[in-house]
Amino acid sequence: MNIPFLKTDALPFCKGCGHDLIAKNTTRALEKLGFNPLDVIMVTDIGCHGIIDKCLNTHTVHGLHGRSSALGAGITFGMEEPGKKVIVFIGDGGSTIGLQHLMEASRLNLNMTVVVHDNFLYGMTGGQTSGLTPHGFNTTTSRDGNPFFGYDICALAHTAGASYISRVMGIGDISDKLAVAFSTKGFSLVEVLEICPSYGMKLNPRRKLSEIAESSGKEMGEWLNQRPPFSPQQGRKSENLLEKVDPIAPKFKSYLKKTTSIILSGSAGEGVQLAANVLCKAAMRSGLSITQKGSYPVTVGVGFSTAEVNLSPREIHFHGIAVPDMVVVTSADGLAHNKQRIAKMQGGFLFIDESLEVPPTGAEVICHDFRGMGARNASIFSVFFLALKTGIISTESLFKTIEEEGLSEKLPVAKIKEALVA
Amino acid sequence: MQEKTKGNRVLIDGSRLMIEALARAGADAFIGYPITPANLLYQYGSQRLKLMLPAPDEITTLQWMSGLSATGQLPVTATSFPGFALMLESINMAYMMELPMVIILVQRLGPATGTATCGAQGDLLLLRGMISGAHPIPVLATADFNDCWDLAAKAAEVAINLRTPVVLLTSKEEVMTQKSFDMGTLAKVIPVERKHYDLECEYKSYKPTDFVPDFLPVTQNKHQVRLNASTHDQTGILQHSNEESMANTRRLEEKVIQRMKSHYYYSLDEQKGAKKLIVAYGITSSAALDATEMLRNNGDKVSLLIPRTLIPTPAFYRELMMKHERVVIAEENINHQFGKLLFGENTPANVAFVGSLGKMISPEEIMKEVTA
Repeated sequence: MNIPFLKTDALPFCKGCGHDLIAKNTTRALEKLGFNPLDVIMVTDIGCHGIIDKCLNTHTVHGLHGRSSALGAGITFGMEEPGKKVIVFIGDGGSTIGLQHLMEASRLNLNMTVVVHDNFLYGMTGGQTSGLTPHGFNTTTSRDGNPFFGYDICALAHTAGASYISRVMGIGDISDKLAVAFSTKGFSLVEVLEICPSYGMKLNPRRKLSEIAESSGKEMGEWLNQRPPFSPQQGRKSENLLEKVDPIAPKFKSYLKKTTSIILSGSAGEGVQLAANVLCKAAMRSGLSITQKGSYPVTVGVGFSTAEVNLSPREIHFHGIAVPDMVVVTSADGLAHNKQRIAKMQGGFLFIDESLEVPPTGAEVICHDFRGMGARNASIFSVFFLALKTGIISTESLFKTIEEEGLSEKLPVAKIKEALVA
Repeated sequence: MQEKTKGNRVLIDGSRLMIEALARAGADAFIGYPITPANLLYQYGSQRLKLMLPAPDEITTLQWMSGLSATGQLPVTATSFPGFALMLESINMAYMMELPMVIILVQRLGPATGTATCGAQGDLLLLRGMISGAHPIPVLATADFNDCWDLAAKAAEVAINLRTPVVLLTSKEEVMTQKSFDMGTLAKVIPVERKHYDLECEYKSYKPTDFVPDFLPVTQNKHQVRLNASTHDQTGILQHSNEESMANTRRLEEKVIQRMKSHYYYSLDEQKGAKKLIVAYGITSSAALDATEMLRNNGDKVSLLIPRTLIPTPAFYRELMMKHERVVIAEENINHQFGKLLFGENTPANVAFVGSLGKMISPEEIMKEVTA
């Protein structure tokens, strides 16, 4: 024996409520299309329509106000078998809370149907005006008629790219109209117009549904977009994130005895982060532990660019740098960003481009023409210069790093060698 | 299995380790919206997981994750406070519906949008109170790169086995800093087995076995599944506040408290005869490690506790602190959130704090407080 979609015909809605008609016509449409109840996932949310769950033999998912179309969308992403159907029930209130969700499901053209129960007001909370309430319609919060114009939810879904949209009057048998939506490939939305018997009818006596729809411009009809439905990302490559992380074996010696903090500071686009990366990898090739982090404005292409590096012969835990052991400044942006930390230095080295004014510091100051190598090469050259002057790692380890990391074409190796000899 | 690079060191960041471990543990999808400082996680998630969905906002992110989770897949996202704030209502929904998922929360300096590129540890008390009713949600905090691997996998395990959203708590400095790291120290990640209800007799979506209801995806057609964000009975049908539905809501709290007992993660480095104890979690653990070592080198006797399971909070943390004459809790905020989590507003006299705003706490600051 076939299991019916509804457990009972006595649904828990107010007498005369269109929600009753929508629920019964939905199940009738599904029966006509040959669905079994457990092939259907009904997603509802907050609002009178949501109390239908307990009467259904389908799977039921009862979510948050207005979020049901996004929740239903999430289910469609995980549905691998054909023959399943996600149907979302939502009210006119929920459709504005979750307007973005409706637009997104339309844009992606997800395989699901949203049925908007549009009774022109918030029924469950006392008959207040909603975003779909027609202009001039009375609600408990606009007793002289709604001064605002409502959204055309069908036009919005159509513009966003849904395959099928229709607006129907919630009167009589609408199961065939719902069946068209349910059998659509891609996203479909049906706006069913109704009048809430508890608030709408009482506050708008003698007004007929057809007249309200006509006067508010809620035209009945169907709207289509010829677009392919969403399909899962077939054949997506899943990349093992560790596969391309090459080990760096120690080949050189370092005579560094203690953790040393270095700040490289220059301008965006001048290769500061790359220079720091070369320094760190060369240090690892020299048997040292390292930490590296970058700091730059949110607009990454302009302003300062600072790299903070720690090198140590032992494992590094804390990697913060309050007062650095060495600072290399290759531009005015870099100097401005690190002036305070340079001022706090009581020892160590400050390497600074000779074009810049030397700031107050307790560090030993070494001026050099880094920018003479060209602005883009100033930072990488400064790293070689630092290695040569301090001996913390060898320049050979830096050259080897450039070679092994495939940077020989990008960085001016010959010019650096020349300059170091000079 | 040890990694192929056993014994070899690489230059790597914590984000890469987290996503790879989650993928190996069984995560199916990354769904998210970009936000600094969680962007590396977003990038790696898009490369690694078999499904990647760019959501238009964080509310949609959590709703899509919930829907996907209802089909039996394990989704992951990563965000920071501004995005997390948008997710809150939907995390409550997933908690109530009992849908497994992992949310990586990368802390940054607040309030509001604060400073996107500055680390912080300011979100713990938010996490403790994020579920209406103050029911606990599992929160695991990474202290180092090995945690980025191990705890990420554990987060997936807890999410699936407890049918719950899990927060993997970290901070900017932990997921954006690159470090030399020995891949040989990574343990094998065992994929989490997903068991589905396989009996013929009636299935109830919220009938528990050892506090956790059996799971069935909404995509099968053997039994009816009812998921519900509103107060509900064992069947999943909306109820006002009857006995069965209140028992179900109570069970949500008991589930996390009881079942997390087998997921209490922490490390305790006890020094014999030490009367002083340093306590630090997350990013401040690294400074605490250095401080402990330097104090011991100076002849001070001191023990170190690094809690990793933060919520629910093991009573053991408090008991351990009460056994010491002086306890210093270090965390990167100015209102001592972990201390408040443990003691409320009545901090015992033997407990002191080191806090910070807008910068990492240094080992020296911790040492100074320990020896004060």
